[in-house]
Amino acid sequence: MAQRGIREYHAKQLLAKFLPEFAPALNYEGLGVLVGPDTKMDKLAAEHPWLKRRKLVVKPDQLFGRRKKHGLLLLNAGFDDAKKWIKEHMKKTTTVGDVTGKLTHFLIEPMVQHKQEYYVAIRSNRGGDTVFFSQSGGVDIEENWDNVAELEVPILEDVDKPGLHRLVPEELGPQRELVINFIKGLIKFYRELHFTYLEINPFTFIEDKVVPLDLVARLDDTAGFECMDKWEGVEFPAPFGRTKSKDEAYVAELDSKSGASLKLTLLNPDGRIWLMVAGGGASVIYTDTVVDLGGTKELANYGEYSGDPSADLTREYATTILDLMTRKKADGGKALLIGGGIANFTDVAKTFTGIIDALKEYKEKLIEHQIKIFVRRGGPNFERGLELMRNLGAELGVPIEVFGPDAHMTTIVPLAMEALGLKEAQSGA
Amino acid sequence: MEHRPEYILFDENTRAIIFNYQQNAIQRMLDFDYACNRERPSVACIVNPSRAGLHKAFFGPSEILIPMYRSLAEATEKHPNSDTLVNFASFRSAYPSSKEALSLPSIRSIAIIAEGVPEARARELAERAQAYNKWIIGPATVGGIVAGAFKIGNTAGTIDNIIASKLYRKGHVGFVSKSGGMSNEMYMTIAKHTDGLYEGYAVGGDKYPGSTLVAHLERMNSNPDIKMLVCLGEVGGEDEYDIIESMQAGRINKPLVIWVTGTCSKMFPAEVQFGHAGARADSTRETADAKNQALREAGAVVPESYDSFGTVIGETFAKLQAEGKVPEIQEPPVPRPPMDYAAALKTGVIRKPASFVCSVSDDRGEEVTYNKTPLSKLLKDNVGVGGVISRLWFQRELPSYAYRFIELVLQVVADHGPAVAGAHNTIVTSRAGKDLISSLVSGMLTIGPRFGGALDGAAQHFTYAYDNELKPLDFVKEMKAKGTNIQGIGHRIKSVQNPDIRVTLIKEFAKKHFPSTPILDYALDVEAITTSKRNNLILNVDGCIAVCFVDMMRTCGAFSPEESDEFIQMGALNGLFVLGRSIGLMAHYLDQKRLQQPLYRHPWDDIAFL
Repeated sequence: MAQRGIREYHAKQLLAKFLPEFAPALNYEGLGVLVGPDTKMDKLAAEHPWLKRRKLVVKPDQLFGRRKKHGLLLLNAGFDDAKKWIKEHMKKTTTVGDVTGKLTHFLIEPMVQHKQEYYVAIRSNRGGDTVFFSQSGGVDIEENWDNVAELEVPILEDVDKPGLHRLVPEELGPQRELVINFIKGLIKFYRELHFTYLEINPFTFIEDKVVPLDLVARLDDTAGFECMDKWEGVEFPAPFGRTKSKDEAYVAELDSKSGASLKLTLLNPDGRIWLMVAGGGASVIYTDTVVDLGGTKELANYGEYSGDPSADLTREYATTILDLMTRKKADGGKALLIGGGIANFTDVAKTFTGIIDALKEYKEKLIEHQIKIFVRRGGPNFERGLELMRNLGAELGVPIEVFGPDAHMTTIVPLAMEALGLKEAQSGA
Repeated sequence: MEHRPEYILFDENTRAIIFNYQQNAIQRMLDFDYACNRERPSVACIVNPSRAGLHKAFFGPSEILIPMYRSLAEATEKHPNSDTLVNFASFRSAYPSSKEALSLPSIRSIAIIAEGVPEARARELAERAQAYNKWIIGPATVGGIVAGAFKIGNTAGTIDNIIASKLYRKGHVGFVSKSGGMSNEMYMTIAKHTDGLYEGYAVGGDKYPGSTLVAHLERMNSNPDIKMLVCLGEVGGEDEYDIIESMQAGRINKPLVIWVTGTCSKMFPAEVQFGHAGARADSTRETADAKNQALREAGAVVPESYDSFGTVIGETFAKLQAEGKVPEIQEPPVPRPPMDYAAALKTGVIRKPASFVCSVSDDRGEEVTYNKTPLSKLLKDNVGVGGVISRLWFQRELPSYAYRFIELVLQVVADHGPAVAGAHNTIVTSRAGKDLISSLVSGMLTIGPRFGGALDGAAQHFTYAYDNELKPLDFVKEMKAKGTNIQGIGHRIKSVQNPDIRVTLIKEFAKKHFPSTPILDYALDVEAITTSKRNNLILNVDGCIAVCFVDMMRTCGAFSPEESDEFIQMGALNGLFVLGRSIGLMAHYLDQKRLQQPLYRHPWDDIAFL
């Protein structure tokens, strides 16, 4: 993986923990609590007395924004109102934009009366990090983008005073130095903790205390080994609306436990074209080709396996796909595409052994569901791998067409679609 | 160092330092070198943080030694002409090791193989490389290849594939992609549709590769020997727009055939992450469709889909050929590199007589077998030590009384006090401060014709007489005439009146369990004669074990008479004594150690000085 969103709650906790280190003159209380499906509200109130003393703001904390616009923001509430509001919304299926999902996590913070709303964002690019600042932050920032100033901080350099003075205009008056201090610290915070995106819109100051009101953040999860201590407690939740199915979750678990890569996204469980493709690059091309040839509606899944997985892992992966494929019958049968490019170092015969074990286990179901199999692969030991596949066809009584590196990589896509009657056969020229 | 134009990263003189001990990748590089007729192997040395020394590898049919150092600094000091680092460090150490390499003046190019290098670290390395005017390929890549000259690590797979894709000689096409897996596929496509690859790189699927698609395309564009460019882009990121900008600025002006993969992304929910970390469109502009369209408009050759990529590459190349822009290639002979013995054996094209034979045991399967029987089965069947010895020594199963007989013999001969030659030697050796094996062996070495070794002789004497139908009296006379003692007859202390209980036990067992005991009966007849001459000329324990053992073999039905004789001649019987007595010898060793006995010195008064 790479860049992954984190909860607003966790990002703010990180900020509260590290701001004193990176911007010593500034003060951020970091008051906030996260409420999940199993949180006991009264216990929470006992641990955080401010919950009953102050007016509260409540909002879902699930990696989506524009919560006010979607009526998912409770302002100026007492504790009992907050409790009631969360109870009403917890586990509710909700549509945000064009994504529908379940609400499961909420952030409660003290309500802050404020005048000034500033905007700051940091975004990484190849050469450095770009800092965006505006003194007129808030929901309409995109409409007011002309007011946003930019500062480029090259990767091997620290931010300098003149740059910050260009970014933050004099008009801010006495708060100017506070804002500059905050942004300076924020850049260090961003870099040291391997953020890849951080937006605070808006933030304000109550005397010398900085108050981030709304925050969006992404971390680079590959830096986990460097930031283990610093990131303590931070979660990487699935994006809103993309709750993983049991099968997807199982593959994700296999993936996380091995050095190899195994991915599965179920697109249409009733689809008739199923992909089991080796390689991150090749899997995208097979998917492209199905779409290009008009097979989108019948495409059941996206997925890939790569990085020389063991025969055991490929067997588990194949079994998961075969199980999904044989849950519901389809008129005219289904096609399984066992595709891949010419591998550099993955042992083709070894990975095929795992797939073959799974196919043998599903022999009866393959026949029952009229599944046709198409294979294309090259790389180390491919001759033996392909021979195993060819022999398997006869053994199982399932049609298996097998192609090697001589055939174009995506040859099997049109063949499969013809076999399913989804595409006219090419007239032989 | 020899001078090369800037646009050449690697050539047939490039010699690389390999970071981390990647033996397969190293061998694949050397196989490629040999197929290319390189004069010297492309691997100069290895940095192996855990061990310095030499690595043995094949260069064609012969073996070479590659030096191995603990640190990169030492490797570059010893090999100042190696300007390339192939870095197989893990995602944890890829950053520090690459950073160090960038700071070393002799290193110009670094390939970083590891996946999962943090983006900030990758960006920093890229920035430093640019500052030093150096090249990074990767991270998260298989590397790259210059046809006929140099290949990074596992690029282009096995030697068969290299030959099939004609990578052992240069064509006129330059290629670059993000995907390492697809690069190999594309080398084959290029070989099929053009005169072949000149060089190809996979920059890696991360968001911030150390060198970008456009950097390689511009570099290749400057190389007069590269006539056409091929590129495989990917959904997500802005890299392809940099290519367009470069085309518009005239830095890329050779024909460019390019396809951006991920046209399917429009059909997916926005958050689906494709195979590569960088493969996610954050805006419409970053979609494959948008990029393909923009490239087409900028004048690149863009196919309708990946399916026609090869065809379009072929057409574009044919046009260049028709315009006379591509010189003819002098095809070198197709290399025939030697095959690895293991690989050749697998395919069945070669065979070789084995240097060793073995019918005792086999540890190749899931479980060791003793003469084809899995150990677990023997344990389950409770065959005991006797059953194990039968299988390992004699390669057969025997009736269970035979197992018990073997065990009886082992128990009977296990020890015979500290005074006998073997035990004495073991005790003296143990007290001299030696270890178990030395002490045991010291005792064992006394076993021979005078001590413990009488079993074989006794079996041979009595069997010879019985088989030649000599009357017991004639046998005794014959032996006396020869002046030979009958082996197995006579005891220092025991006599007819004071019988050896061990002999009694063995005789009883044989009489009770064996179908018949002809040799024992014969030996007892002989004993009757010898004891009539002197009462201590009894059948002793060695003789009794020997004749009973021959009876067991001959009457149990598992051995032919020839087989039974052969085992006796080979010394199997003596083996039983050695095995049994080693129990006792080890006991004496342990005993002396436990009782902390000092060095033994024999007293002078016990030696007659002559």
